[in-house]
Amino acid sequence: MEYILIIISAVFVNNIVLSQFLGVCPFLGVSNKVSTAAGMSGAVTFVMAVATLVTYILHYYVLVPLGIEFMQTVTFIVVIASLVQMVEIIMKKISPALYQALGIFLPLITTNCAVLGVAILVVSKEFTFGGEPHLLNMAQSVVFATSNALGFGLAMILFAGLREQLDLADVPKPFKGMPIALITAGILALSFMGFAGLV
Amino acid sequence: MSKFNLISKGIIRENPVFVLFLGMCPTLGTTTSAINGLGMGVATMFVLILSNMAISSISGFIPSKVRIPSYIVVIAAFVTVLQFFMQAYTPGLYETLGIFIPLIVVNCIVLGRAEAFASKNSVGDSALDGIGIGLGFTLSLTVLGAVREILGSGSLFGFKFMDGDGMLVFVLAPGAFLALGYLLVMFNKLQTRIK
Repeated sequence: MEYILIIISAVFVNNIVLSQFLGVCPFLGVSNKVSTAAGMSGAVTFVMAVATLVTYILHYYVLVPLGIEFMQTVTFIVVIASLVQMVEIIMKKISPALYQALGIFLPLITTNCAVLGVAILVVSKEFTFGGEPHLLNMAQSVVFATSNALGFGLAMILFAGLREQLDLADVPKPFKGMPIALITAGILALSFMGFAGLV
Repeated sequence: MSKFNLISKGIIRENPVFVLFLGMCPTLGTTTSAINGLGMGVATMFVLILSNMAISSISGFIPSKVRIPSYIVVIAAFVTVLQFFMQAYTPGLYETLGIFIPLIVVNCIVLGRAEAFASKNSVGDSALDGIGIGLGFTLSLTVLGAVREILGSGSLFGFKFMDGDGMLVFVLAPGAFLALGYLLVMFNKLQTRIK
């Protein structure tokens, strides 16, 4: 039950892009075409799930016992950066087809704030299930990270679809480019607010 | 390029938010009020100036293959310093800005300036560049925060000048996108008018 709550809340209610504002840069930057948007989402999903698992273990089994939680930011970003590099190397070796599809997005992910953001949220934010706030355990963390990544993908693909249509529309000159994209994103965020109160 | 130019270009011609569209996450996420925008801008400027100076002074020793991870570690160190400062002196603001403070590490502006400017220029120039870009970022966030606060809660910097709540949507998430979008439209229009 908790898992379903986590998934619905992360994908729809507290969508990572449209209501938490994490990962807005790739959301606006690589959403010109549905295919690139899907590629980016795939890469983010993979990295986010693995990164959250690793940082979770590192936080509770290294940083907390040593009493150096203040090193969180430094350790997490180093872990994410090296993980991305490692994923890139492994993917290139094992599955060149997947690398062809996702490879160009991987270096961008290091500076995607959604990955670091979720890793930090998991170990610092308290979640309420059944009336009692508590921190997530390991399995819940991975589910939380994966569903956040799915939420990112959902927002990204919806937005890319809208933008493909926008390219064909006759937009007034001052609105061209980024302004109309932002306003579209605003309306998309507005419609996602309809999910508020679902969980 | 003159010293004055170094500072002024970050504010207008290369404004990180309104011209280059960098650092969008904190721009949209923290500007629920003018004071929050200002706080986030100053916090980012602090990291930006110090990391620019540090990276400019060490960039000669770093092999170019590992430069990006090294820069990130330097930036992360300064962000940790900032976190300590804010916990000690502005705990309220630290709570409000929340996750966006550690996320300065992955702010594209900071890494972008390190790579594009600090690694190729002197320490003094890099500091000035950090001040300029930092001021431009702070200004943009304050303007966006002010607009959202005026429309959303009928107040400015916490001083209420209107009864009631205002249009709540501008304080909530969609308002951030809408307000920034329409501000950009206005700037584009002004720019074509001036030209």
